Amino acid sequence: MKQLIIPALLALLIAGCTSTPDAPEQGGAPVESRSDGSSVATVTAGGLDGQKLPPELTDPKSILSKRSVYFDYDKYDVKAEYKDLVTAHSKFLANNRQFKMLVQGNADDRGSREYNLALGQKRADAVKKMLTLLGAREEQVESVSLGEEKPKNEGQNEAAWTENRRGDMLYNGEF
Amino acid sequence: MLRPMLKLRGLSLIAFSALALLQSPAAHAELTIEITGAGANRIPVAIADFGGEPGTSRALTSVVRSDLERSGLFQLIDAGGAAITESSSPAYGDWKSKGADAMAAGSVGAVGNGRQEARFRLYDTNKQTTLAGAAFVASTPMLRMAGHRIADVIYEKLIGEPGVFSTRIAYVVKTGTNRYELHIADADGQNAQAALKSREPIISPTWSPDGGRLAYVSFENKKPVVYVHSLASGQRIVVANFKGSNSAPAWAPDGRKLALVLSKDGGSQIFTVNADGSGVQRLTTTSGISTEPFFSPDGQSIYFTSDRGGSPQIYRIGVNGGDAQRVSFEGSYNVSPRISPDGKTMAFISRRESGFRLAVMDLASKQVQILTDSNKDESPTFAPNGRMILIATEIGGRGVLSAVSIDGRIKQRLSISAGDVREPAWGPFTK
Repeated sequence: MKQLIIPALLALLIAGCTSTPDAPEQGGAPVESRSDGSSVATVTAGGLDGQKLPPELTDPKSILSKRSVYFDYDKYDVKAEYKDLVTAHSKFLANNRQFKMLVQGNADDRGSREYNLALGQKRADAVKKMLTLLGAREEQVESVSLGEEKPKNEGQNEAAWTENRRGDMLYNGEF
Repeated sequence: MLRPMLKLRGLSLIAFSALALLQSPAAHAELTIEITGAGANRIPVAIADFGGEPGTSRALTSVVRSDLERSGLFQLIDAGGAAITESSSPAYGDWKSKGADAMAAGSVGAVGNGRQEARFRLYDTNKQTTLAGAAFVASTPMLRMAGHRIADVIYEKLIGEPGVFSTRIAYVVKTGTNRYELHIADADGQNAQAALKSREPIISPTWSPDGGRLAYVSFENKKPVVYVHSLASGQRIVVANFKGSNSAPAWAPDGRKLALVLSKDGGSQIFTVNADGSGVQRLTTTSGISTEPFFSPDGQSIYFTSDRGGSPQIYRIGVNGGDAQRVSFEGSYNVSPRISPDGKTMAFISRRESGFRLAVMDLASKQVQILTDSNKDESPTFAPNGRMILIATEIGGRGVLSAVSIDGRIKQRLSISAGDVREPAWGPFTK
């Protein structure tokens, strides 16, 4: 089985390197079914070949380069200090309808993993709600939770926990 | 070399499983089991060396002895070292004078096709009678399983409830920053096999009632998605991959449905779904969090965690909905409810002082007992006989598993030198 799969994978990789197809702006390109039996349809899962982000999203001087909203312990309301940041991203989404955003909620690692997953979801939902109230469209934003599973800071102290109670706003190609 | 190394240290007893001969060649990253507490009244029992090819029989009897020893309920009497088969009549007086209340003898031999048959008898040295006898056939690499079956019979005869030595456990191993493996191992930590390897987290594995499948949450698509994974074939079904997060699967006792948590309608709410992903139905409707569903053994109610009252507490709701009743009251953080197989006890995690600790509640009297003094207990799971609870905890900054008896007296620790072990799930009885 392995002997068959590896050349097939190599062929796919090579095909992927040599052709530069006009990637559709948004995912979900239909998979063609061919009748000759030898060809393999490549399905790209997730945002592997994401579009290039415009400078205003990445320039460190732009507020839009900041993506994180931090939360208090066991809390999921967006604090006033993050309103300008969320507003800026909301406006960007409103003006750039081709963009989609994934809001990932995170929690510190104290307590139950599943409860922390739900807590991260509440945080992501709160960011999403604010984004859509301020102009982003519902279908542009998905809120999900990573719970305590992907800590930014592995430490076991207040500073690390503060950094891990977080919502991250990611654009196509960043997740 | 083939015997488990036994070392006495004060009141605690450490037994390393060093059964190199019978380990499967593919096994790696074995769990090491350390016994850190034993029962108050242990039954003195002698397991004689079985007859048959010496290497094979000694390995088999080692499995039986370490199983019984590890349970914390038996005191193993030195059996001397002479092989005694099940067909010779036991010298009751000698065993009694050695202090053994019970004695087992047996033999193992090839029966063709690379298979071995293990036979044994268990005797009561006081009444001078045979308590049990059985024969188990296993392929040579699976001979350990015959040893577990023999230990199960001895356990059941002497304790009066089924043994769990032949059951399996699942758990997640994390090595490095992003290697996650879902492992299946025998209840003694041996014969570990990876069912899933991923570069993204895997959490909340739970066994189907028939023991053939695991439901779990995998982040391989950069968000939590619930899968049902058939262990023999490796075939996986996506049970829930809705917009938002999909998590916390729990099997209904009939194995046809799962309860799980979806955020597709906003918030984290409990739904039920058929095991193939069809027939999604919403169960809870609150503004707060509802998560960690767990079916009662009669399938009629679902216990879960919710912060609807301001802090995370445990509630219970009928499988068809209705009003939720609060179950936990002491303290400001009670999560992860799991109900014992007899439906009488709830294991959960309670924050006390500075630590998250394993607790049990007698559901009839509502009496709560804290069973550990650790700080980071998580994810309790009952052994199918209800006698032990396996949890994840942390020792010296490393994730380990710990098995604790429901009276808190017996404690065992299971760790892997190469990484963090977490998210345990104890499988059902196997036929």
